This record gives sequence, C-alpha cells and structure tokens, in this order.
Amino acid sequence: MSNQNGSGSDRKFKVVGTRPIRHDGLDKVTGRANYGADLALPGMLQGAILRSPHAHARIKKLDVSKALAMPGVKAIVTSADFPEIGSGGMAAGESHIDPKDLQANIMARGKVLYHGHAVAAVAASTIEQAREACKMITVDYEVLKPVMTLAQALAKDAPILHEGRKAVGVPPLPEGDTNIMMRLANAKGDVDAAFKGADVVVEGWYEASMAHQGYIEPHATVVTTRENGQAEIWCSTQGPFAVKSMVAVTLQMDPNLIRVTPSEIGGGFGGKTTIYLEPVAVLLSRKARRPVKMVMSREEVFRATGPTSGTRIWAKLGVKKDGSFVAADTRMEFEAGGFAGSPMGAASMTLYAAYNIPNFRFEGLDIVVNRPKVAAYRAPGAPNAAYALETAIDELAQKLAIDPIDLRLKNAVKEGDVASYGPKYDRIGFIECLQAAKNHPQYKAPLGKNQGRGVGAGFWFNVGLQSSATVSINDDGSAVVRTGNPDIGGSRASMAITVAEELGIPVERVRPLVGDTDTVGYCDLTGGSRVTYATGMAVIEASKNVIEHLRARAATIWGCEVDAVEWRDGQAVGTNGASNNKPLSLADIAKQMAHTGGPIIASASVNPPAAGPGFGVHLCDIEVDPETGRSTVLRYLVVQDAGKAVHPSYVEGQFQGGAAQGIGWALWEEYLFDKDGKMENPGFLDYRMPVASDLPMIDTVVVEVPNPLHPYGVRGVGETPIVPPLATVGNAVSRAIGVRMHQLPMTPPRVLDAIETKKG
Amino acid sequence: MAKIQVQTTINGETFDYLCDGQQSLLSVLRDELGLTGTKEGCSTGDCGACSITLDGQLVPSCLVLAAEAQGREIGTVEGVSSATGLHPIQQKFLEHAALQCGVCTPGLIVATRALLLKNPNPTEAEARYYLAGNLCRCTGYDKIIKAVLDAAASMRGESA
Amino acid sequence: MAKVVFTGGLRTLVGAESIELEAARVVDLVAALYARYPALEGKLEGATVAIDGTLHHDARYQRLLPTSEVHFLAPIAGG
Repeated sequence: MSNQNGSGSDRKFKVVGTRPIRHDGLDKVTGRANYGADLALPGMLQGAILRSPHAHARIKKLDVSKALAMPGVKAIVTSADFPEIGSGGMAAGESHIDPKDLQANIMARGKVLYHGHAVAAVAASTIEQAREACKMITVDYEVLKPVMTLAQALAKDAPILHEGRKAVGVPPLPEGDTNIMMRLANAKGDVDAAFKGADVVVEGWYEASMAHQGYIEPHATVVTTRENGQAEIWCSTQGPFAVKSMVAVTLQMDPNLIRVTPSEIGGGFGGKTTIYLEPVAVLLSRKARRPVKMVMSREEVFRATGPTSGTRIWAKLGVKKDGSFVAADTRMEFEAGGFAGSPMGAASMTLYAAYNIPNFRFEGLDIVVNRPKVAAYRAPGAPNAAYALETAIDELAQKLAIDPIDLRLKNAVKEGDVASYGPKYDRIGFIECLQAAKNHPQYKAPLGKNQGRGVGAGFWFNVGLQSSATVSINDDGSAVVRTGNPDIGGSRASMAITVAEELGIPVERVRPLVGDTDTVGYCDLTGGSRVTYATGMAVIEASKNVIEHLRARAATIWGCEVDAVEWRDGQAVGTNGASNNKPLSLADIAKQMAHTGGPIIASASVNPPAAGPGFGVHLCDIEVDPETGRSTVLRYLVVQDAGKAVHPSYVEGQFQGGAAQGIGWALWEEYLFDKDGKMENPGFLDYRMPVASDLPMIDTVVVEVPNPLHPYGVRGVGETPIVPPLATVGNAVSRAIGVRMHQLPMTPPRVLDAIETKKG
Repeated sequence: MAKIQVQTTINGETFDYLCDGQQSLLSVLRDELGLTGTKEGCSTGDCGACSITLDGQLVPSCLVLAAEAQGREIGTVEGVSSATGLHPIQQKFLEHAALQCGVCTPGLIVATRALLLKNPNPTEAEARYYLAGNLCRCTGYDKIIKAVLDAAASMRGESA
Repeated sequence: MAKVVFTGGLRTLVGAESIELEAARVVDLVAALYARYPALEGKLEGATVAIDGTLHHDARYQRLLPTSEVHFLAPIAGG
C-alpha cells in the first residue's frame, strides 16, 4: 500500500487522499441498508417468470388460460403485451443496444434464443402461486438445433439465429443469412512485409470462457403503477436514468411517466447497466392494478442475465532481436449470446493500445450463439483482448530471453505517442506502473519448485459522460451533496470528500445522497469508471458555485463589494478595504442565511471528455501441483495509475476486487453447457468464484500520474484492474509448468493435460 | 395447508410466527418479520449472504426450515450492535474499508462473530477457511481478512 | 484546415486515410463530410470524437482550430 507520485499536481489537499469512514457504512454493517429485494409495499404481488427449456426454438403457440384460473393469480404477461417496436440504436452499457433486441431479450417474441429466455410472467398473491401458475402455461415449441460455440456458429450449414438479418460493419461481409452480426477491421502500415522483417514471431489461438459478473445481489425490482399511466420503479441498478429510458423505449412509454428510485446495489460490475425485470413488472402491475415485486433466483441470474463473451482470439506478434515490436495481427471472435452486441468493438480499440506497434491489423467478429445475451462486464472486451496480446508478449520474452517487464518498457506508450485507436496520448502512467512493478519486492522474491511468476499489463479508456450534482448548506454549516449515481463501491465517500475539500469543512459534516430520477439532475450510469471522475467534477463545480454564494453573503454581512471577499481555507476573508473584518466560517455565514437572502444551494452539470486512460501492471506468483494440476496463487500485486486517489482505501479495493475477478476467470470460472444448450452449472457451487481461502493478500501500489483533464488529477480506477489478470495468471501457470497455456479457465484437468502433453 | 406455529428467540427477543412446512427460515426472517438485514444471494447455501447463528452455530438460513427454529436461539446481523454502539467487528469493517457494495457484509459480520467466539486468535489461514462460505465479489477479501484479524486483536484487548 | 483521420470502416467508405477540410466546429465538419462523401451519411452520429487527443463523448458543438486533428471512434462506455 505505497504511493508513488508522478510529478505534476502541486495542489496541497486537506481531505482528498485521506481515508474517512464511508457515510453509508453504518447502515451496511448493521443490515439497515435497503437493497433491491428489501422493499415491501402494502398489497404487493409477487412476480415469477416462465423461462424457455430450450436453447433455440420457435414459439408456435402460447396458452395462458389455465394459468390465469389458478388460485392467487392476478395477471399474466407475454410478448403480446409489449408494443411492437422498430430497430435503431440507443446508448447503454458498452455498446449501442437495438431497442427491438432489448425488448426481445426481456420477453421472447416468436423465438427463444437461449435456455432460460423469458417467455411469460405471472403476478400472484404469493411467489409459490406465481411459480405454480407458470407451470400451467402451455407453450408449443418447434425445437431447433442450438448453436453453442463460435465454431458451430461459423460453420457453413449453421442454424441461423436471426433469419434475414444482415451483418454490418467493415467489408468484406458475409452474404446472406449469417450468425456474424458485425465485422470490424483496421490496419496500419505494411503488416505482411513487417512480419518478414521480424527476428522472432509468435502466434496462436487464445480462448477465454464466457464468465459472469457474479454480483451477490440478484436482480430485483418493485413497481407501482397509477391510473394516469405513471410507473414508480424501485430497482437495483447502476443507472436509474438508463432504466428510465430503457423502460420507456421497450414499452413505448412517455418517459415523463416513469420515476426510477435506485435501491442500494449489491454489486453490478456492468451487469446492472441493462434491464430484465422492470418492464415486465410495469406491465404486470398495470394489469393487476397492484404493486408487483420481482426478484431473480441465482439460477435465473446465471441462465438469463449478462455474462461477458467467451472469445477465441488468434494473435500473431513479431519482434526484432532488441525487443522492439514490429508487427501484430489479430482475429477476434466474440460470443454475443442470443442477440448482437458483444464488446468486440472496445476490445479492438484496447487490443494494441498499450504499445507502440508500427504495423498492425485486426479483424473482429460479433457472433450470435444460443447463450444468454452478454452484458457489460468491467472494461468490457479488454480482458479478452489483453489475454491474447499479453500472453504473446510473454512468449516473446521467453524466446528472446528478455525480462518481461523490460520488453514491455521498450514498447510501452507514453505521453505524445499515437494510440493504436487514433489520437495522441496526453499524460499517462504506463511507464511509471511498469517501473513500480519492477522495483517491487515481489518481483525479486525467490521462486521454488513448480512455481512461476507472471507479468501482465492492461489498458482501459475510462469514460466521462454526463453528470449533475447539487450541494446545499444547512443552517448549522453542514452540507448535503446529491447526485444520481448509485454507490457501488464507496462513491458517496468520494463525493463527500470532494465537497469537504472545496468548502473547507470536515468530511463528517457533509452528507452524500443518491437521488431518484425526479429528485436529482441527470446522471449517466455508474459505470465506465466514471463516477469519481465525472460526477466528482460536477460536485467540484457545484461546490465552487456554493462558494460564490458564500462570498456574496459575507459581502452582505460586511457591507462591502463581493470582489473584496475571498474564500480561503474554509472561510470568507476580507481584502481591499474589507480586511479589518474577522473572517467568517461557513457556519458563521450559514447561521445568517435567512438574513442574507435565504437558503444557499447550487447545482452544476458536466459532460467532460473521456477520462484519461488507466494503465495497470500485475504480478502473479503461482504454484502448480503437478500431481493434481491445481494452481495456488502465492502472491499477487496490482500496480495502477489512479491519477489521484480521492479515497485510497476504495482505490485499493477496486484494484483488489478486479484482480480477484480476473483470477477467478483465469483459473476456475466458466459456463458449461450440455449438448442441448442447457447451462450445467447455474449456481455458486459449480460456477466457481474465488472464496476467501482461494486467495492470498493482494498487494497494491497506487501510482499517481495526474490526469490533466481533472482538477485533482483523478483517473477512473474501477475497470482497468480486471484487464491484466487473465494473461498475468496464465503467464504464471505457463512458466510454472513449462508449457504455454492457451485456454481459460486453467482448471486442474486442463493443466494436467498440458503437463502430460509436455511429457509426450 | 395448515400453518405451523413457532416460538423462537431472535437476538434475545421472543418471537412467535406462523410458517408453511417448506418455508425457509430466511423467508420468514425477511418476508414475515421484516428482518431484511439477512440477505438472499443464492438460496442454495453457497454464498453465505443469509448467514445467521442457530444456538450459536453458523448456518445459512436459506437451508434451515422455519419450523426447525422452534425453541431455539437465532442470531442475525440486526443483533450484532448494542445500545453502547457498534460491535468491534462492525467498527473494524468500517475502518478497513472491508466492504464495497455491502450486500455480503451482514453475512460476513455474523460469520466473523461466530468465528471469533470459537477462536479468538485465528491465523490468517484459519480466518480465510472459516469465511470461505461467505462470497464477496467486490473486495478480493484482502481488506475483509485484515478487518477480521484486527477485530480479533481488538476484542482480545490488543491493539493491532 | 482541420485534418480528419479515418480508420477501419470509415476509411473504406471514404477511400482515404486522411483528408483536410475547412470547418469551425465538429457539427460543420460532419455536414461537410456528409456532403462530400454521401456514403458516410449518418455514420458519424453517436461517435466518440477525438480532437487533438482528447476524447469527447459528444463533440457536436466543439470548436476546431485550423490545426486540429480529428478522429471519429466507436462510442466508448464501459461496465
């Protein structure tokens, strides 16, 4: 837990960089905090969803009459209750979602595209009654052959998920019906000639499994509707305003009728940037004229909500003897699930972003398969891309007998370099991260038998987007700050720290609140590592606006011009003829609010540029048991540029949590399907996320190279930490067993296979 | 179906409730008694979010039938703090930033209390294995384990 | 004259790696591009726009300098 300061920001902070106890912590350690499933309303019904028992089938007939007659049943909803809508883009999560697809994912229309796809929903007095009624709905399916893998999807005679839908993107595009929904490609320089001039070339396929975000709180919502068409939606979401617009579009409702109140959120990691239950609950509530609660089971979460794409990536990397990269070529195949829209686009942009590679080419394919529709997952697409490239770099380092950090240092991007995705980099901290990792004691720790050390790096853009904030002053001189970003990992604390820093009051005197869509100004969702950066900027601006009021009030009290009042260290100080006045604290001014013009309140809104990229470097020391193939993580280090850590504990927490998710994805987590396309492991027992005894302490180094786009130098930190681990852990295992691993997760059977292959 | 009448003690207070034969204790705590501090993450006993103590023993309340609680003592997160304030475990979770989203936290607090009653001086490995039934997806467990060990030290009267 | 650099699919549509255009703001630049390359029509809406290295989620009314270099990228969001 050390800090390495880059030069730059010379501002001396009083509160930023300290570690106060988070304001919402008390309610979270005592069980008072209300999450999605914790709300109960008088007269509330319980909703349940009937889900497809087939991975790929046409719905021939759907009959709900028997179910409607069941005891306690108040309403049933099918796709017939949803308005028909056209195609067209809408921004949400990592990509543009087609509203028609969004709606068809929420409730299947005509065809089911994965096992667990919703086909009908029931609201009844009790959850048992709703579930019983679901069983009485008769659905006549024409079962189709499921397309479960990328290879099956691309086969010549593959069954087609979306008949009549054409691929879009960069030509050449497939003619006629296809499971390829989008093709992207780009190139720079003469790649083929450059490979010919390379001294060493590595190439290979790198596969990663579909993996789930794994938030502990299942999706949940409670909806009330009114006779005038209004809908009050309580739900666990990363973006209440996004829920509002997605419900409006899927139900073709006037958005003005919708109010969304975010509950406390029990994890999201991107998976709660989209919607599943909310429009269904609105329709059920409208029909039943009662509030309706819907809560997913864990099994439903696995079968029907956002995993991230499984991928097959072929990568080729060429290098000169001195270690300089000369050429790279990549083909990326991404599982989109049942509907178009994998994070392949972001993957293609992050793929080469950390290095200077003079000649490169990539092709990326977004491919539909009969698996759940993927949703955003922490730096969507980037971990898969980095897995391929960072593994290839490790192979090159071994072949060239160059230290893997030195090889990266030789090619790493720095300020002024042109990013592979186009523009020039401003100040970035990749070199600083590599050096910090190299200098860390872990990098020099001796390794024993069957042990290996992996190095990996990662890049993520971090986003800006729209945010607003309101700061108001109470008559006791305390403050309230309101934003619209659900607090998923400590952001209330960073908002309060920001107000305390600006106004010069103790952080305990600031109360940070998260509002609903009617009580706060518009905020884009909690995602893209944007809250402390972008919403933090709105809070800084709102605080500065409050200070303008405070100066004016002080001028009123002193009978002087506003120009003669400065705000310094949390108090109004007189200058130029007003300097004989005793400085007024915030509390002094607050006491006189009523006499000086009334309540003091100010808002601000921003739509700042994308937020200054984050770079991270991870080290993993692993021991592999050659008898069982089991990998044990011995030591793990995360080094990342945070720009400026507003609350260092929660920055470290992001580093550690992202690393743990990546370790799980690399070693244990995968979606297993039977031959009919039914997920075989839809529970935490068999979908194996890391538990406390699986991991060591995760050491962190917070590098601070200030982001020139933010007044404090803040960079987003949430997503970058999941980018390096897949390759980092893979490189550690490969070095421990002396065989290069090409497939994740590296479960004991796969590792044993690799060891056996080596023995021949 | 006839309801079953159950008398039990929750956090030291006597409770009477009616339940169905197959109803889980978790469901009664949350849906009938309004004790929503105990969370549901999986309902298969794999995540630990619904951890409670039953006569002092740590159990996932989703796997306990409500009817089984007859005459027994239940401990939930709502009973961890007292009139004098937070329990040291709760205080240390806050100080160490051992929670992010917080939904696993009630289960972890209850589990940690059960651990430290059995073993007031656990090693890091002992703490990790005892808490292996409590999933946290946000933190990577680092700060949780530090908070647990620090809470143990504090409860033994040592300053960590 | 602002320089516009094209990559990927946009480059295919335009048939050039970069071009120079007179435009005071991004909105004017986009209009001029649509006029010159009808195949581009509608393809630049919602793009993330890099102006001299800074990525704007919404750049419609951003001003351009005669020396500005502009890239149109896929929309960037995140999880």
